[in-house]
Amino acid sequence: MTGICGASTRACRVGTHADAFCPGAQERRVETRRGRHECLRHGMLIITLAMATSLCAQIAFDSAPDPLKLPERIHLGEAAGVATNSKGNLFVYTRTGGANATWGASRTFTHGGSRLFEFDRTGKFVREIGEGVYGFLFAQAVRVDANDHIWVVDRGSNMVIEFSPEGRIVKTLGRKPEAVSDAGRGGRGPNPGAGVPGDNFNRPTDVAWDRAGNIFVADGYGNARVAKFDRDGRFLKSWGSRGTGQGQFDLPLSLATDARGNVYVADRGNRRIQVFDNEGGFQREIANVGAPWAICISPGAHQYLYSSNSNEPNSMEGGEIYRLELDGTMLGKFGTAGKLLKEFGTVNEIDCRNPNELVVGEITNWRVQRLRLRP
Amino acid sequence: MEIKTCLLWAALACAMPQFAQTPAPTPAEGLTQAQLNARAKAQDVPEIPFESAPNFLKLPPNLYLGEGIGVATNSKGHIFVYTRSQATRLFEFDAKGNYQREIGEGLYGFAFAHAVRVDPEDNIWAVDEGSNMVIKFNPEGRVAMVLGRRPEPGEAAPLAPEPYTFNRPTDVAWDAAGNIFVADGYGNSRVVKYDKNGRFIASVGSKGGAPGQLNLPHTMATDAKGNVYVGDRSNSRIQVFDNDLTFKAIYDRVGAPWAVCISPGPHQYLYSSNSNPDSNNSLLNAVTGEIYKMELDGTVIGKFGHAGKNLGEFSTVHEIDCRNENELLVSEIVSWRVQKLTLHPVRRAQ
Repeated sequence: MTGICGASTRACRVGTHADAFCPGAQERRVETRRGRHECLRHGMLIITLAMATSLCAQIAFDSAPDPLKLPERIHLGEAAGVATNSKGNLFVYTRTGGANATWGASRTFTHGGSRLFEFDRTGKFVREIGEGVYGFLFAQAVRVDANDHIWVVDRGSNMVIEFSPEGRIVKTLGRKPEAVSDAGRGGRGPNPGAGVPGDNFNRPTDVAWDRAGNIFVADGYGNARVAKFDRDGRFLKSWGSRGTGQGQFDLPLSLATDARGNVYVADRGNRRIQVFDNEGGFQREIANVGAPWAICISPGAHQYLYSSNSNEPNSMEGGEIYRLELDGTMLGKFGTAGKLLKEFGTVNEIDCRNPNELVVGEITNWRVQRLRLRP
Repeated sequence: MEIKTCLLWAALACAMPQFAQTPAPTPAEGLTQAQLNARAKAQDVPEIPFESAPNFLKLPPNLYLGEGIGVATNSKGHIFVYTRSQATRLFEFDAKGNYQREIGEGLYGFAFAHAVRVDPEDNIWAVDEGSNMVIKFNPEGRVAMVLGRRPEPGEAAPLAPEPYTFNRPTDVAWDAAGNIFVADGYGNSRVVKYDKNGRFIASVGSKGGAPGQLNLPHTMATDAKGNVYVGDRSNSRIQVFDNDLTFKAIYDRVGAPWAVCISPGPHQYLYSSNSNPDSNNSLLNAVTGEIYKMELDGTVIGKFGHAGKNLGEFSTVHEIDCRNENELLVSEIVSWRVQKLTLHPVRRAQ
């Protein structure tokens, strides 16, 4: 079942609107596992596409219109991170606003920073957290731990920042590179924040915890590893390197832990989820879910794993979210890439504290959707 | 490009003894070659009398326009100005020019303004050349849809045209079905068509001077039938494409089209500004700066204005709004302002 249901073939991402970009009339453009594009013969792909999509259970779902009520002067940019706390309040970590200088080839442009907003369960704006914080450069993820602490992962500053429920900084992991020569481009080129292995990150992507409070950081674009820290932030170990073998990663973009402390890593470039035990021992891999951009594991006695095969920002193919058992058994999927309600524009994070009421943050649609699944 | 041409002719002039003392004159016109290149081919065009309303836009005490890049009106006559201020900002004024509000303050997609347009449902669309994005606001001023994606820090623009990313886009237009056309732009020399939900349909154009090719598609407008008029600025021509982006016609007698617009109603007019270059070149300013009024088939009806900094003169018009065919709004780069123009009937020479 899993092999048929999932997006294991590249044909799942056939570009029906992209014909103009392929030289031959019989060719269509597809995205390869590394996010590049190539043109393949048309007929072969149509057959595979039909196999891949027709036999997978579609999960019915709704999306609430205008789920967030923003103040007049606040706008979301790319909604990179979304997470809820135990009260159902929603945190959105978004790439927006705040001018920094960027030097182009011939001109200077300004670009934004990132901001963290809190909403109550009805979508009413509550407050901004961490306004102007040193580590808010390029939002990547936000997660809320078992004690309702809010953790922000910033890909630009190479930092993971823990806030108390009151919104004060409790702990920081990593260090923002010093900005002497190239302000606003944190993490590019040699800098003091890119140690491997060790405490520092190079464009980290996600954070998770086990029951003992140990911290796992997906690190990330630059380092292709998972780092483990104890509850006090002391570095314990890290595993992984760039590659395609077991325990290797090609862009670990998202991670989640189950109740037993196993670590699930979305290995986006390798189009698989790798599962490790609490010490980093390889357990298994889950394929057939396309390119996992965002994963989450719901709490409770029966835990579910969600994984988003998000569309590349320059494509409207794919985009569906899969619902799986922790062992990888496919339960169904929902959604597709697009700009309308119930369509997804490069989902970058999923919150599944309630397994049937998901919150997704989208990069290319600059919005958050609240989804109610009817499996 | 104008500067290069200028230098080339200066070099030629030095190499040829008979022209060594002055820029190469042509006996009939007394103009340099660069001036002849910049001047519109259409001459002996009737002058359209017009006036410009003084101090039209009323700004709050601590608010200033920067380069007046984009101007557009909605169905209520409200005016939207997209300006390169210290940050790129979008302001709304009422029909009398009274300041109403700022839209999209601190927006992620506001980096370097290029154009603003208002669609038939009064949604406000901003085209940003710096963030490579086209942003649709609903009439309340909230983001309703975005096209393109701002490059991540340190990320270069894509080398080849892609369906959903732009490289310094310049303008946006729609047809009656709501399909979206994006002029893209400085980097990609193409026009892209999307459906009303933002799905890619087609694109046309590559860099060049042949019919259907584009060299800086800088401005664009659609007529009621869904034909697309592209201001092909560096080729000094307007190219017309049908709704499927098939090439139809070239209008090349009105200089370099920096800004075009098409008025609504049963008889539509096409306006095009042969704007003076934004380089403050006084020789070129002498032969440019005027706006042409044309039929949709390219017939020139009249022209008005010339380069200059005074009221009623133009300093590099960058966008024209012609929702009312005789009450135009123009925004200017070099003078940081928006002018409201009232056109009067042409006095026909007997």
